[in-house]
Amino acid sequence: MRMLLRGTAPRWLTPALVALAAVLTLALTAGPIRLGGASPGAAFTYYLVRPLTTSYTVLEVLLASTPLIFTGLAALVAFRSGYYNIGGEGQFIAGAIAVTAVTLAFPALPLVVSLPLGLVAGAVAGAAWGLIPAVLRVRRGIDEVVTTLLLNPVALLLLQGLLNGPWRNPTNQFPESAPVGAGWELPRIVGGSRLHLGYVVALVLAVLAWVVLTQTRVGLTSRAVGLAPKGAAFSGIPIRRTLLGAALASAALAGAGGAVQVLGLQHRLTAEVSTGFGYTGIVVATLAALSVPAAIAVATLLADITVGAESAARALQLPPQMGKVVTATLLLCSVGVLVFRHYTLALRGRRRGARAAGGAS
Amino acid sequence: MNLIALFAATLVTVTPLLYATIGEILCERAGVLNLGIEGTMYAGAFVGFAITAATGSIGVGLLAAVVAGALAGLLMGLLTVSLGVNQHVAGIGTTLLLIGLSEFVNRLRFGGGTLTQVPKMDLLFPGVPFLEMYALTLVAFAVVAPLTWWVLRSTGAGLRLRAVGENPEAADAAGINVSRTRYAALVVGGALMAVGGAFLTLAVLGTFTLNITNGRGWVAIALVIFARWRIGPAVLGGLLFAVIDAGQLQLAIMPAFAHVPRELLIALPYLVVIAALALAGEGLRYPGAYLKPYRRI
Amino acid sequence: MGTTPLVALHGIRKSYGDLLVNDGVDLDVRPGEIHAILGENGAGKTTLMRVIYGLTTPDAGRIEVGGAPVSIASPRDAIAAGIGMVTQHFALVRPMTVLENVLLSSAGLGPPDTEGARRRFAEATELLGVDIDPDVRIEDLSVGEQQRVEIAKTLYQGARVLILDEPTAVLVPQDARALFDALRRLTASGLGVLFISHKLHEVAEISHRVSVLRQGRIVDTRPTGSSTPAELAELMVGRSVAAVLRDERRVGPGPSNDEAVVIAVEHVSLDGSTGKRLLDDVDLRVHRGEILAIAGVSGNGQRELADILSGMRMPSSGHVRVGRQDITGATPTQVVACGLGRIPEDRHGSVVDDLSVEENLVLEDLGQFRRGPFLDKRAIRRRAEELIARFAIKAAPTDRIGGLSGGNMQKVLLARVLAKDPRAILVAQPTRGLDVGAGEYVHQQLLARRADGAAILLISEDLDEILALADRVAVIFDGAIMGIVDAATTTRAELGLMMAGTPQQALGGAA
Repeated sequence: MRMLLRGTAPRWLTPALVALAAVLTLALTAGPIRLGGASPGAAFTYYLVRPLTTSYTVLEVLLASTPLIFTGLAALVAFRSGYYNIGGEGQFIAGAIAVTAVTLAFPALPLVVSLPLGLVAGAVAGAAWGLIPAVLRVRRGIDEVVTTLLLNPVALLLLQGLLNGPWRNPTNQFPESAPVGAGWELPRIVGGSRLHLGYVVALVLAVLAWVVLTQTRVGLTSRAVGLAPKGAAFSGIPIRRTLLGAALASAALAGAGGAVQVLGLQHRLTAEVSTGFGYTGIVVATLAALSVPAAIAVATLLADITVGAESAARALQLPPQMGKVVTATLLLCSVGVLVFRHYTLALRGRRRGARAAGGAS
Repeated sequence: MNLIALFAATLVTVTPLLYATIGEILCERAGVLNLGIEGTMYAGAFVGFAITAATGSIGVGLLAAVVAGALAGLLMGLLTVSLGVNQHVAGIGTTLLLIGLSEFVNRLRFGGGTLTQVPKMDLLFPGVPFLEMYALTLVAFAVVAPLTWWVLRSTGAGLRLRAVGENPEAADAAGINVSRTRYAALVVGGALMAVGGAFLTLAVLGTFTLNITNGRGWVAIALVIFARWRIGPAVLGGLLFAVIDAGQLQLAIMPAFAHVPRELLIALPYLVVIAALALAGEGLRYPGAYLKPYRRI
Repeated sequence: MGTTPLVALHGIRKSYGDLLVNDGVDLDVRPGEIHAILGENGAGKTTLMRVIYGLTTPDAGRIEVGGAPVSIASPRDAIAAGIGMVTQHFALVRPMTVLENVLLSSAGLGPPDTEGARRRFAEATELLGVDIDPDVRIEDLSVGEQQRVEIAKTLYQGARVLILDEPTAVLVPQDARALFDALRRLTASGLGVLFISHKLHEVAEISHRVSVLRQGRIVDTRPTGSSTPAELAELMVGRSVAAVLRDERRVGPGPSNDEAVVIAVEHVSLDGSTGKRLLDDVDLRVHRGEILAIAGVSGNGQRELADILSGMRMPSSGHVRVGRQDITGATPTQVVACGLGRIPEDRHGSVVDDLSVEENLVLEDLGQFRRGPFLDKRAIRRRAEELIARFAIKAAPTDRIGGLSGGNMQKVLLARVLAKDPRAILVAQPTRGLDVGAGEYVHQQLLARRADGAAILLISEDLDEILALADRVAVIFDGAIMGIVDAATTTRAELGLMMAGTPQQALGGAA
C-alpha cells in the first residue's frame, strides 16, 4: 500500500474526510469509554448533545469557549505566518498575572476604565512573555518551538511563586489572590448565567482578526511569509518584521485571554487559571485549518465536549479526563485523515500492477 | 552545602533526563522532532506505576512502560512518517492524548482518595557516599549513553539512522528503507523516554501524581539542541541542568536563601537552558531532514 | 546485434495526477554501449530513470535484466540487479565521509567491515581511473569529485549498468572530459551506460545509440552516427528548429557611452560563509537598449550575482547601481522601485506557490491596491485580468500559481515585471524547462523590451539562447569575469575556452 499524489481533488472530498475523522474518533474512543463502564452512545450524547439542550448549559458552553477563542486565535495568527508559537499557555498565564497586578494596584476603577486597562495589561504581558523567543528566532534563527515551550513551565512557576508568596490571600491564607474590586469584574451578559462580557470581547477580537487576516495587506503578506518565506522575501516583504509582528500579536491575544479569564470568571488569580488552554488553542487552530470563523466553531465544539465531560462525570461516573482524550483523538484523526486531500492510497502493489500490464501487452 | 547530598540529588534528577534526551536524539537524528516526548514520559510514568501496582513486580512494571513508550513511538511514526503530518502538531497531539489517557485510567483505577503506594526500586550501595544510586542511573551512564554513542558512530544501524535524518533521498537511493529506519528510531526513542518517565514513579516517588513529569520532556528537547544532537554533550548538559536543579534544593535549606522564592530557583534551570540556546544559537546545524517528511515522488 | 541487453524496459507508463509523464516507453542497454536518452526538459527523462532505479513505481510496464523479468520496487532491488544511478543532485550525505557514504548501501546493522570496504572501494576507483581519499567529508569535495565518488560508489555496489542523469550539467569542461574518458574505460570493460542529456553535441560525441524522448514517448532510437545534430534536434522538439537568427532583430544596440549605462556592477566581490570567494571583482555595464549576457557553467557565481542585484544579498565589497541610484544592499522593494525588473532562475522560489495568480501578480506592490486600510480586491482582480489577457497567460486569476505549467508561471513572472515598464531587467535562465512555444514567446518579449530601450542583463547556460539574444557576452568562471566579447563576432570555441577558465587575454591570437 502506498500513497500517491492525487490530481485535482473532488469537491466532496474535504467534508467526507472530516466526517471520516469524526467517525474514527468515535470508534477509537469507544474502547476507553467502555473501560470506564459507560456506553459510548450515552457518553457521546452527554459530550455533544446534552450541553446544547438547555439554555443554561448552552451559555456554559459559550463561557467555556471564551478562553479557547483567545488561545485559538493566538495560535492561528502565529501559524499563518509560519511562526510556531507553542507558548500560548505561558502567555495566557502572564496575561492573568499582569491583570491581577493592575487590579491590586488600582482596586477601585469604573468598568469603562478597567476593561480596556485590563485587556491592555494582559496583552502587553502576553506579548512580553512571547518577546524573547520571537527576538531569538528573528535575530538568531533559534527555533521558537523549544523556547516558547520552555517558557510555559516558567510562567506557571512564576504564578505559583506569587500565589504562595506576596499575593497569598490575606484573609484565608489560600494560595490565591485577593478578589478583584467590584469595578473590575466583567458584567454578566445574560441573567442567570455566568457568561460574561469577555465572550463578546473574544468575538469582537475574532472579527477584527478575520478582517486583518483576510482583508488587509498585512494579512496577505503574513500569509505569504508563512507559505513561502523565500518567495515572499523576493517580493520585498520584510520577513523578520512580519514574523515579529505575528509572534507578538499572537502572544498578546493569548495574554488578553488570560486577563479576561481572571476578570470574567475567576475574579481572582488562582493556580488553576489555565487548564491547558494554551495547548488546546493549538488544537483549535489546527482543527480550524487556520480559518477564523472555523476557529470559533471548533472552540465551541471543544467547549461543548468539556462541559459535557463534566456532566458525564456526574451522571455516568466517567472521569472528565475523557474529554481531553476525545479532543486529542479528534485532533490526531483529523490531521491524519486530511492528508488524503492531497494523496490517494494505491492498494495494489507494484508487482501486481506490472504483471497485469505485462500480460496486457 | 552538603556535597554528598548534592551529588546524590543530581544523579536522581539527571536520570530521567538522560533517558528522555537520548531517546529524543535518536528521533531527531532520524529527522523527526518528537514533541510527543512529554506525553510519552507521562505515559511511561503512569504505566510503570499502574502495572507495578497490579503485579507487585517493578520489573514487569518497567517492561510495561517500555512497551507503552514503544507504542507511543509507533503512533508518532504513523502520523509523521507514514502520513507525513506536521511534526509539531502530531507531537503536541500525541502528548495531549497520552496525558489525557493516563489521567483517565488513573482516575478510573486509582481514583480519588489516598495515594496508592507501590514498591520502590532499591538503591545500589545504600549509604556509600557518591556510590549510592539507582540501578537505572548506573545503566543510563554505563550502558545506554555509551551504547547509543557507539551505535550512532560506528555501526551500520547508526549510519543508516544518520543518513535518513540528513538526506533521506540519498539513503533511499542507497537501498535503505527510510520509513522503517525512522519507525525504528521512534520506537526505540519512545521506549527510552518512557523508561525516564517510569523512573519518576518507580524510583523517585513510589507512586503516581498528576503533572508528574512537570515539563521534563520539554527540558530534554532543549538539551538535545543544546548538545547539538550529540550524546556526549547531552550527558554533560543533563548533568549541568541537574546540578543547578539539585543545587536549588540545597540552596533553599540554607538560611541565606530562605527568602528567595522556591519557584524562582526551580525556574532557574529552564532559564539557563534558554540562555544557553541563545548563546549556542548561531551556527546551529540541524539534521538535514529535520521536520521534513519523506515520500518518493 | 545478438547480445542480450543488460537492461530492457517494455511499455513503461507513469502519470502524476492528471499529467502523463511516461507513455509506453521501450528501451534497452547492451554491454559495452553508451545509450543516450535525448529530450527536452519535461520530456520525462528523469522519471524514466527513477523507474529503472526503483525510486518511482510505474503505473504499467515491465523491466528485464539480462533477459529475465525482474521486479524493481526499490533502489535495493535495482542495486541487487546490477543497476547504479548518478543523479544531478548527488545521493550523498554531505556531513559524512566518502567511506561512510559507500558503506550505506552495504552495511548491515552491526559494525561494518570498513577494511574490506576500503579495499573494494579502492578497486572501484582504480577501475574508474581516479584517486579519491575515502576519509574526506563529502562537503569538503568539489562537485566534480563528488560525482566521481558517486560513480565509484555504484561500481563498488557491483553495477553493470550505469544511469547518468545530465552528468555534465554541473561540470566544468575539463571535468566533463575526464568523465567521458572514464565512461569509455568502463564501457570497454563491458559495462552499459544510459546517458541522459539534452545537449546535442555531448550526445553526438559520447554515445553509440540515441533514443529521443518527447512528451513521455520514445519517438525514435537510432545509431548516433546515422543522424546529424540538426535531425536529432528536430526529433527532440517535434518540428524543425529555426534558431532565432540574429538578423531577426530590427534595431541595433543603443549607444554605449557612459551616459547610456543603466545597470552598473562595480567591482563586486562576495565571500562565502566558508571563506571561499564566490564573486571576485565582477565589473559590468549594461547600456540602454542592450542585452548583456553572462555565460558560464552553472554554479560559477551566477546565482550569487543575481541575488545581489535582486536585493536578496549584500556584496562583501563593490557597488551596484541602476541609473544614478546606488542599490548596493537595498531591499527588493527599493530595487524594484529603482526600475529594475527581476525574473529569476528559481521560479518557484520567487512566487508564493500556494497563493493565487492574482495575489502573486500584486504581491510586490500591494501599496497601490488599497482602499482605506483594506485591500482593494476588485482593483487586484482587474489588474490580474488585464495582465492575463496581455501576456496570454493560460490561467484564471484565482488559480493557485504553484499548479501552473513552467511556461505559464514564467509568463506570470514576466507580466509582473514588464507591466511596470522597467528600464533595467535582470533575467536568469528565462527559458529553462519551457516548451519551445513558451520559450520563443519569452525571447520575443525580451527583444521587444530591448527595442524599447531597456537594459537587459541575461544570465544563461544556453549558448544558443545567448547567441540569439545578446549584444555582448561576459563569461563567468569561478566567480570572476573571464572576458567580455561581442556576440556577433565571437565563436563557441572562444566562449567554451573562457567558460573553462581561460581568461580572454590568455586566448590572444588563438581565438
